[in-house]
Amino acid sequence: MHDLAQQIVSGLATGSIFASVALALVLIYRAMGIINFAQGEMAMFTTYIAWQLVQLGLPIWAAFAVTMVIAFVGGVMLERIVIRPVERAPELTVVIVTLGLFITFNGLAGWFWGYVVKSFPTPFPTSPIQIGGLDFSSQDLGIIVVSLITLSLITLFFQKTKLGLAMRAAALYPEQSRVLGIRVGWMLALGWGLAAVVGAVAGIMVAPVVFLDPNMMQSVIVYAFASAVLGGIESPIGAVVGGLILGVVLNLLGTYVEAVGNELRLAAALAIIVAVLVIKPSGLFGRAKVQRV
Amino acid sequence: MTPSIRKAAVGIFAATFALAVTGSTIVPAVAADPGVSDTEIILGGSHPFSGPASAYGNIGKGIGVYFDYINDHGGINGRKIKWIDKDDGYSPPQAVQIAHQLVEQEHVFAMFDTLGTAVNTAIRPYLNQNGVPQLFVATGATTWGKDYKQYPWTIGWQPDYQAEAILYAQDIVRNHPKAKIAVLYQNDDYGEDYNAGLKKGLGKNQSMIVKMASYETSDPSVSSQISTLKASGADTFLIFATPKFAIQAMVIAAQQSWHPLTYLNNVSNAIPYMNAAMKAAGPSAVNGIITTIYLKDPANHARYAGDAAMKLYAQMMDKYMPGADKDDGNYLYGVSIAYTMCDVLRKAGKDLTRKKVMDIATHLNETDNPWAYPGVVVRTSPTFRYPITQMIAAKWLGTDWSPTGILVDTRSMMTTAEK
Amino acid sequence: MAAASTGRYVRVGIAIAVIAILPWIVPSFAVFDLIFVGAYAIGILGLIVLTGMNGQISLGHGAFMALGGYVVAVFAHALGWPYWASLPLAALASGALGIVIGLVALRLAGVYLALATFSLAVATPSFLKHYKSITGGFGGISLDSVTTPHGIPLDPERWLYYVTWAVAGVAFLVTALLVQGRLGRALRALRDNPVAAVSFGVNPYFYKTLAFAWSAVLAGVAGAFFAIATAYVSPDTFTFALSITLLIGAVLGGIMSFWGAIVGAIVIEFLPLVAQQINAGAPSVVYGVTLILVMLFVPDGIVGGVVRLIRRLAGLPRQPPAFESSIPPAAPIAVDQPSRE
Repeated sequence: MHDLAQQIVSGLATGSIFASVALALVLIYRAMGIINFAQGEMAMFTTYIAWQLVQLGLPIWAAFAVTMVIAFVGGVMLERIVIRPVERAPELTVVIVTLGLFITFNGLAGWFWGYVVKSFPTPFPTSPIQIGGLDFSSQDLGIIVVSLITLSLITLFFQKTKLGLAMRAAALYPEQSRVLGIRVGWMLALGWGLAAVVGAVAGIMVAPVVFLDPNMMQSVIVYAFASAVLGGIESPIGAVVGGLILGVVLNLLGTYVEAVGNELRLAAALAIIVAVLVIKPSGLFGRAKVQRV
Repeated sequence: MTPSIRKAAVGIFAATFALAVTGSTIVPAVAADPGVSDTEIILGGSHPFSGPASAYGNIGKGIGVYFDYINDHGGINGRKIKWIDKDDGYSPPQAVQIAHQLVEQEHVFAMFDTLGTAVNTAIRPYLNQNGVPQLFVATGATTWGKDYKQYPWTIGWQPDYQAEAILYAQDIVRNHPKAKIAVLYQNDDYGEDYNAGLKKGLGKNQSMIVKMASYETSDPSVSSQISTLKASGADTFLIFATPKFAIQAMVIAAQQSWHPLTYLNNVSNAIPYMNAAMKAAGPSAVNGIITTIYLKDPANHARYAGDAAMKLYAQMMDKYMPGADKDDGNYLYGVSIAYTMCDVLRKAGKDLTRKKVMDIATHLNETDNPWAYPGVVVRTSPTFRYPITQMIAAKWLGTDWSPTGILVDTRSMMTTAEK
Repeated sequence: MAAASTGRYVRVGIAIAVIAILPWIVPSFAVFDLIFVGAYAIGILGLIVLTGMNGQISLGHGAFMALGGYVVAVFAHALGWPYWASLPLAALASGALGIVIGLVALRLAGVYLALATFSLAVATPSFLKHYKSITGGFGGISLDSVTTPHGIPLDPERWLYYVTWAVAGVAFLVTALLVQGRLGRALRALRDNPVAAVSFGVNPYFYKTLAFAWSAVLAGVAGAFFAIATAYVSPDTFTFALSITLLIGAVLGGIMSFWGAIVGAIVIEFLPLVAQQINAGAPSVVYGVTLILVMLFVPDGIVGGVVRLIRRLAGLPRQPPAFESSIPPAAPIAVDQPSRE
């Protein structure tokens, strides 16, 4: 029983990693209707920037704050320079562009910082915590807490602020929004900037656990997709809940179901994605859409 | 006939004519060995410079540094070395294409330090069929030493993975006979080789293993596996993992308050990795861990402060790759293995042929590799193709690895071909 | 109409002639690379049918390549079958899997389909490793190199080159025949306006699954040639990078055009090598940036761009980029506007 509980805790820990990246994915999807395949690599890249700032002597929190700003500006610029020209192009073109960004960021990180695995500073204490006889790491708890805070801030922003309302309008009804004076192009750029910031937060939270190297997000991104799909690709809450559920489910499947073992964990995630998409494409928290032919 | 149809017909006719005339075009066996001229020797390499395994690309770069150094100091018997190293992305089809290019376009004398078990398995038949030496491959898989009768042009260099595991197994049996062993291993040929060695080394004591857990390189974290291993009640822990996962394993074990006697495979024992684990989870995560060493660690500045070879290494890196991270053990591996390569080329003398080089590579007794751990020799015979078989156990005490005991030679345990 | 088809026959004839002569004018190692170009071309052709004509985005066709490659490898290694016998089997197996995936794909569209197929690609090595008794696990399967049959005066490389391109020729021909007329129109109609297509009596389940199955067959054949040319299969051969590379090739070449398959194949085969020449330290950066630049400036692919260039040089009236359609988005996207703010 204790082992089961510990595995669930492990699952929540891994799941929180998925959740934080899934949040960024959902943000971009809501803003633009595209999946940004480069989200993980952008997060990784901004994490390296944070690392570099710390190496240069900045205290941790200052480094994180500066990184957020850089991430935001970077995200906005990326949208204006690279995504804007292909906004009207078919989905496929945008997919290829984000794949190109994926490859580029990955290569840049390796080129600038090399491939030796690095440790990443964490603001949380390193000693383990015991709650009810179960071992937690403060980092894992920290990831969950920070993800929830980010989630709340995002939800508040979209629901309660004028700017958030404008962004939602620009994404859903661009023509009418323009008529109302909303600068649709800049709303999209803002969406990218915000997603980049959320990605940076995810990277900074996750790096102390998975350790920093240029490929650190590649193992996460697939599970992040699965989490976003499971939770509902337009729902930030869904991203977090989906991530946690996915982490626990995959953990339990991998540990206790011989047929799956550890090898087919990824395949199990695939099966989950497909099952959700086929049975209820809008995920746990999304709204059902009219089924096209 | 309209003009356009005529054009097409001419094209097809010309093609058929060319085909018939130049019919059989097997490239004839060359009299003199390719890749050797009065002024240069061409060596070909294939390393991952893109994709998930790119960290190992630095081995190829380290080799380049050493060759630059040699070339600036007179070369080998008056010849300079030309090092052509291409990116195979750790992909076997790409590596095969590169092998073809290097052999047929660049006319390399030999392939050197090609990296990765899958890559080397893929190119081995082609190279052996064409009599191209596949020298000192950068993988510790057993097949290079075991299957030489089928593939006589291929030879490895680094200690065999199985040998390392055997060493750990014997240490456990000798010093901790009641141990309960848990194993974390990477789910590929690399991890499987280690497991095979462990079981071989334990012999009839295999029941000491109470739990084995594998991970995929696509896993974000091994926390689930560590939970499983801890729950088995084991008091001895073997980590057969590549650096990122090894660090995670050490950290998570400490976070779960599990402090078994831990053995760490030498691929992941570089000091920066140990420091990373220590930073994340405190000294209890790393103190007392046992590993094996066969090369000098460039990150261990304290131990090798006065060492002439390490000074030279630093100078070479500063001159030929300024700004690179000298602490990265991959560069040092490259420099060290390049030394062996140059040793072989030098011994072959002015009259350089592939056959001669293979001959020397299988009669090697190199005792002076400056970057090997003191006492480690590179030794082969025509029937024994595991060049480095010695390692010394070391224990982590505070800030670096302290060698314990004596240099152990695993020569007698290696799998040689059946008579 | 007569002039147009003669023009096409001429172009095809020249292409055939070039392909036939190529092995004799390029250096021998390049012949080997061109075998892979041929294999890629077959695979990309499948994506042109599936994604270009029928609008279904797949990021997972590496899985079908893996199946084709492993079928050939297993039959050769375990049962001693010659390659020409196991090739049709590889095609059939991939086609069968394509039908299965295609049926699942019926429920998905746009970005969801991309995600689902992406997951398939990522999970493929896991499956290959798991069923190790059949697939040889991570050690893979080593195969015998191709040998030229008796009586044919070609070295094995050139022989394999001609076989690969002959099969490619057959693939192109069969595909062209398949998609001319009714079938092609149905596929395109389903891409452009599914509701209208269905109301005209086009059965979406049949045609969409058929597109998937056929593209899978082609990918399986491509994978088979990969296996034969490399003489080795392993899970490392068929990572998700392969699926993405295939799609990149299709889009860079020109997803609407059969010629795009060949151009795309050439690009994905040789671009990494060129990238290494430009910057040995970070070839991926060059590759990624090139990808982005091509998409920004020539969004309909190299073939489309070249065609427009030729038209401009010939003084013909300008045509906008060849997006005869847009692939239906899964979520609202800014509709065509004459100007931004």
